[in-house]
Amino acid sequence: MNMTANRQGQALRVVVVDDEAPARSRLRDLLEDCAASMALEVVGDAPNGRALLDLLEHTEADVVLLDIRMPEMDGIEVAQHLQKLPDPPNVIFTTAYDSYALQAFELHAVDYLLKPIRLRRLFDALSRVRTITPLSLDVLQKLTPEPRRHISVQERGRVILVPVDKILYLRAELKYVTIRTAEREYLLEESLTRLETEFGARFVRIHRSCLVARDYVESFERQAEGDAEGQWVVKLRDLDERLSVSRRQQHVIKEFGRT
Amino acid sequence: MPRADEDLGAVKSINQNVHRDALPDFRNLGVILRIVLVVLGLSLFVALAEAGSWSEISARFLQVAAPVQPVLVLSILVLYAASTALRRLTYRVGVLVVVLTEIILVTIVHRAGAELFGGNPAGQLERYWVFTAAVTALLLYYFYLRNRALSPALSEARLQALQARIRPHFLFNSINAVLSLVRQEPKRAENALEDMADLFRVLMADNRDLTPIANEVELTRQYLAIEQLRLGERLTVEWHTENMPEDALIPPLVLQPLVENAVYHGIEPHSQAGVISVNVYKVRDEVHLVLRNPYRSDGDHHAGNKMALGNIKERLALHFDAEARLRTTVSENAYQVHIVIPYRRQPR
Repeated sequence: MNMTANRQGQALRVVVVDDEAPARSRLRDLLEDCAASMALEVVGDAPNGRALLDLLEHTEADVVLLDIRMPEMDGIEVAQHLQKLPDPPNVIFTTAYDSYALQAFELHAVDYLLKPIRLRRLFDALSRVRTITPLSLDVLQKLTPEPRRHISVQERGRVILVPVDKILYLRAELKYVTIRTAEREYLLEESLTRLETEFGARFVRIHRSCLVARDYVESFERQAEGDAEGQWVVKLRDLDERLSVSRRQQHVIKEFGRT
Repeated sequence: MPRADEDLGAVKSINQNVHRDALPDFRNLGVILRIVLVVLGLSLFVALAEAGSWSEISARFLQVAAPVQPVLVLSILVLYAASTALRRLTYRVGVLVVVLTEIILVTIVHRAGAELFGGNPAGQLERYWVFTAAVTALLLYYFYLRNRALSPALSEARLQALQARIRPHFLFNSINAVLSLVRQEPKRAENALEDMADLFRVLMADNRDLTPIANEVELTRQYLAIEQLRLGERLTVEWHTENMPEDALIPPLVLQPLVENAVYHGIEPHSQAGVISVNVYKVRDEVHLVLRNPYRSDGDHHAGNKMALGNIKERLALHFDAEARLRTTVSENAYQVHIVIPYRRQPR
């Protein structure tokens, strides 16, 4: 349940996210105008998604006005990571022009504001915000054809962003998926199949429970086990551990041999 | 139809696609090369037709080409010298003058040849006239068709300027940036709107004629001033224009779209600050434009870059033929566009 509903009657706490400083200051001006006729408080602004997540670690917000086109991580990806927060804020997207995204927004009835933003439109969107249902992860994923550039992991109340291109492998373990980078492991509550669908271009399945990053595959080796034919294992760059390739997935080795 | 073009002056502003026929630029290396190749090729054909056997061809060719060479060399020199004067004539008169010039030249060469080597078979000069007129007409027709084939690039350039070239993204974000200034810094808002007005005036103009490079650089600076407003310290521009020949002529909207690409692909997708460098200088008779911007292979997914480059290449080819070059190089962390055009100035 979203906490905004519990705070009915209290000032709406708003955060502005945009990579362009003038765009942030313009929105702050407009929000000030709105504040004249509605209970509203700007609790902060951020130039990108990472800064927003840092800000939300110590600041609570009801609404995030989120620019779509930003460097490193677009607004739609940021919105997906926000869902990992214990109490995710509502999101209203802002954009100057984005034909693809806007079609998807209309289709899924996601709220957005076109820059330059009119005071009236902003006011209406903010007035509605307490009554609308928060965005679901599924809808957010449908808004963009691109896979995320980061996977967000929740750790002690914080949201940590793991860059996808730093991930060596993903392994399903009981309820969790283990994410392995060269430095450390993270635990993620998501299904491996779903991750495979989203990041299929980057990872290859070597086992029922394991996806490895194609870019990091160094070699395939056969481990001798006495006289019997040994099992195939894969050696990844920056990793001592060997991961076994299941009999069913051995065709993967041939595919690598070809390239 | 140059006459009609002028008569319809009032209509022209609406129908910008009215075509202008023009004589080729006889000072252009590409044009000269094409003339030489066509004339020698025709001589070879004549030799082929006249030769009795394969071994005879080379001897025949020398025989045919011998009287042609002096006319060819003289023609190129005369047309080169008269190039500016020819450009002032209307197309029809120009064609007539060129054909007459050729006939006069062939007559002079024939007279000189007859005096030097003797022998003047009856009717030989008349046959030469016919041959010369035919070859000249053929060449002019070829250049006429070539000009027609390439010129859609010009009207298209205008359309593209309005559609793809003004990125809606840029337009709306800029308006938004100006709006943000209106309350706190009205003076800066005024400047920004003036820059935008200048930029759009050029983008919407009929951009078929060459413009001094200083104008194009000024336009690019105005464009960058707007981008600077939005991007702040993320964007640094290094200009190296100390050795720029201010009066050199360049097709309009060559530098600005390339710089816009550089901002769109090299600066906007990254949160770290980046540097765009523009270097304009002259070496001997060539003007060089070198544009460099940061590049990261994983950084962005925007398409559309190819279209702008393709259009610029076409327009450079149309104005300068083989004398212009455009080369792009991608290194590990930089993207570079290098344009070389011949140094041309406004005829006085």
